[in-house]
Amino acid sequence: MKKPAQPPVAVREEAAPADRPTAGRRPLTIAVTGLNAIDSPGPGMAVIRALREGLSEREVRIIGLSYEALEPGIYMHDWVDKTYQVPYPSGGTETLLMRMAQIHATETLDLIIPNFDAELYNFVKISDKLKEMGIATFLPTLEQLDARDKINLSAFGQKHDFYVPRDRVITSIDTLPGIAGAFGWPIVVKGKYYEATVCYTLEQAQKAFQKLQAKWGLPIIVQEFIAGTEINVAALGDGNGGMVSAIPMRKLYITDKGKAWAGITLEDEGLIEMARKFISATRWCGGFELEIMRAQDGRPFIMEVNPRFPAWIYLAAGAGQNQPAALARLALGEIVPPYTDYAVGKMFIRYSWDMLVDVENFQKISAFGEL
Amino acid sequence: MKLKKNIATSESGFVFNPTTGDSYSTNPVGTEILFLLKEGHSFAEISATILEKYDVEPTVFEKDFDDLLAQLKSYNLIEQ
Repeated sequence: MKKPAQPPVAVREEAAPADRPTAGRRPLTIAVTGLNAIDSPGPGMAVIRALREGLSEREVRIIGLSYEALEPGIYMHDWVDKTYQVPYPSGGTETLLMRMAQIHATETLDLIIPNFDAELYNFVKISDKLKEMGIATFLPTLEQLDARDKINLSAFGQKHDFYVPRDRVITSIDTLPGIAGAFGWPIVVKGKYYEATVCYTLEQAQKAFQKLQAKWGLPIIVQEFIAGTEINVAALGDGNGGMVSAIPMRKLYITDKGKAWAGITLEDEGLIEMARKFISATRWCGGFELEIMRAQDGRPFIMEVNPRFPAWIYLAAGAGQNQPAALARLALGEIVPPYTDYAVGKMFIRYSWDMLVDVENFQKISAFGEL
Repeated sequence: MKLKKNIATSESGFVFNPTTGDSYSTNPVGTEILFLLKEGHSFAEISATILEKYDVEPTVFEKDFDDLLAQLKSYNLIEQ
């Protein structure tokens, strides 16, 4: 007897279940500029160090954004996971936005923290478009940037009742003798973005004018010289007039470029109040640095306001107020209560270190713009 | 005549002013006097302590003490 034929059936194959992601949350991906940890260092590496420590409860992926192939941070793979070159600020906002879109397509950035004065304007201008792409920033507005600009500092000081040195914004070298006559020697000749020279004679002032004009363009700022002690305050404003953190630091060792190579945190409620007043007056959003000269009569003069974290910002984190991590949390919409305490007498002493790098890595960043 | 409250002093003679970031060092007798100043002792009490412990004429100590005090004042370490 033959076996009865099995009725033909069509059995639907169960589709294999889709693989569930097993790696947990996507890492928090933060792009940071200012990887030039050189003798006049950018703040990038200090910001990255603070971010990694202050956000240690989650996986953080750091994307370096560099301008030149020899920025040391590009090769510091323990700190920077991947670096992409970005166009110089003079390239304009469209070029920057295109590059950021390319990088975002690969890296899915959550946040960008720019750290150079000269690039800030472009990043502020494209911040809305970055937001549409899903990339957060925590930056001052163009109006806030302009208000504290070296060119407007004197007017800003008068308006908000801060001590600021007298200054003149000039475009002609012929005006130098008259200004020196009014201020008295020495005078400080400053570039539009960076660098300042203390000049004791007209020849020195003219030379400084020409050098700064060639490097940074016009105008040049000529400032009254204030003798005293150099103190800086690193601070973070929440964008609504509230201060999240402020740490005063006295420079203990100053390089010939005027940069702090060692410093110590100070206990000075007056300086903290000054930062609070600045934030309240401007409703500052983001990190900034007050450069202060405490004159011999005790008056604190604001010499400059840098619209981003300083290169010594890791000291603030080490003293108990991690401003870069707090900025990241604010940018991502978290509530960050203001810091109240910090360690007074905490010092930083900077050092340089020779990294050895294979030429292949240098070739990659030079030729392909990423490493 | 009292050391400012926030001035940090150590037994090794290191003195730190947290308001200015300045630091100083004192010799062992100077350190002893600083601690006594910090505790709010008067000149008479400090003088008695030092004269009992060290071989020094009262007039010499008074002059040295005045010199030290002038230094501390010039460094802005004394309560005004």
